[in-house]
Amino acid sequence: MRVGVVVFPGTNCDQDIEHVYAGLLGAETVKIWHRDTDLQGVDLVVLPGGFSYGDYLRTGALAKLSPVMDSIRLFAAAGGKVLGICNGFQILCEAGLLPGALLENVGRRFLSRFVSIRVESSASFFTSVVSKGSVITCPIAHFQGNYFADEKTLRDIEDNDQVVFRYCGAEGTRSDSDREINVNGSIHSIAGVRNRAGNVVGLMPHPERAVERLIGDVGGDSGLPLFRHAA
Amino acid sequence: MRYQVLVRLKEGVLDVQGKAVETGLRDQKFDAIKNVRVGRVIELDVDGVSKEAARKQVEDVCKILLANPVIEQYEIREVA
Repeated sequence: MRVGVVVFPGTNCDQDIEHVYAGLLGAETVKIWHRDTDLQGVDLVVLPGGFSYGDYLRTGALAKLSPVMDSIRLFAAAGGKVLGICNGFQILCEAGLLPGALLENVGRRFLSRFVSIRVESSASFFTSVVSKGSVITCPIAHFQGNYFADEKTLRDIEDNDQVVFRYCGAEGTRSDSDREINVNGSIHSIAGVRNRAGNVVGLMPHPERAVERLIGDVGGDSGLPLFRHAA
Repeated sequence: MRYQVLVRLKEGVLDVQGKAVETGLRDQKFDAIKNVRVGRVIELDVDGVSKEAARKQVEDVCKILLANPVIEQYEIREVA
């Protein structure tokens, strides 16, 4: 599989993505500068985490206007796989490729810590090789991670199985009001969603930072299985 | 033409900055002040086009960039 890693000014998780897909799983990766419109024949486009455009205006707002985004829109419309992690998720929501938006964390703090998330749907390319109900423990590092969608959108994404990940306790239990579990106050504890077709996925947590037992801390390598769809 | 665009979170969307400001004010004993909402003012000039076209351009940029319709509302004011 050929994986395109998009780099905006301020992206800082591009190396982590290359490490997991190329270094650990043997896929081929290419970097795609945000001013380029040629996706170089990739099978998967990843929008990594970081602070594109310094988070000016709103997180992801300026990045959605980068030339590469037009190509990504066409690629996604044709069924191409697109993954957005953290800032990448914010960009996909801003671009309208995923439903909802990311607000500031309820606790008004930048959160840099481990969380547990539960796989809620296997109907996305990113969760196609993990079982529904599996729990992944990995870091988050964000100030705007509080997922929001209006009532109608929320009903739609719940009814159509578009919630891909929810924040949960270490055993997989959900509690929308417990700030030790749903740490940023996301509506319905939503940590990640997909589009209707399942070829576009976004999430706030960083499973690519929990792929090595040696340095994975409490998360171990529990994020690794998610990336095996590329192997 | 010079415009001011006021962007703020929609009613019902949690405004954590507003809440933080309100808490700070309450600590200073301004107990009568409530419902603080923090927004953003964007000022811009539109030159060389008709008034109608200028207004339309400001509307368009509000939709594509200045405000996120999922969470924000905007108001356009002509200031000069």
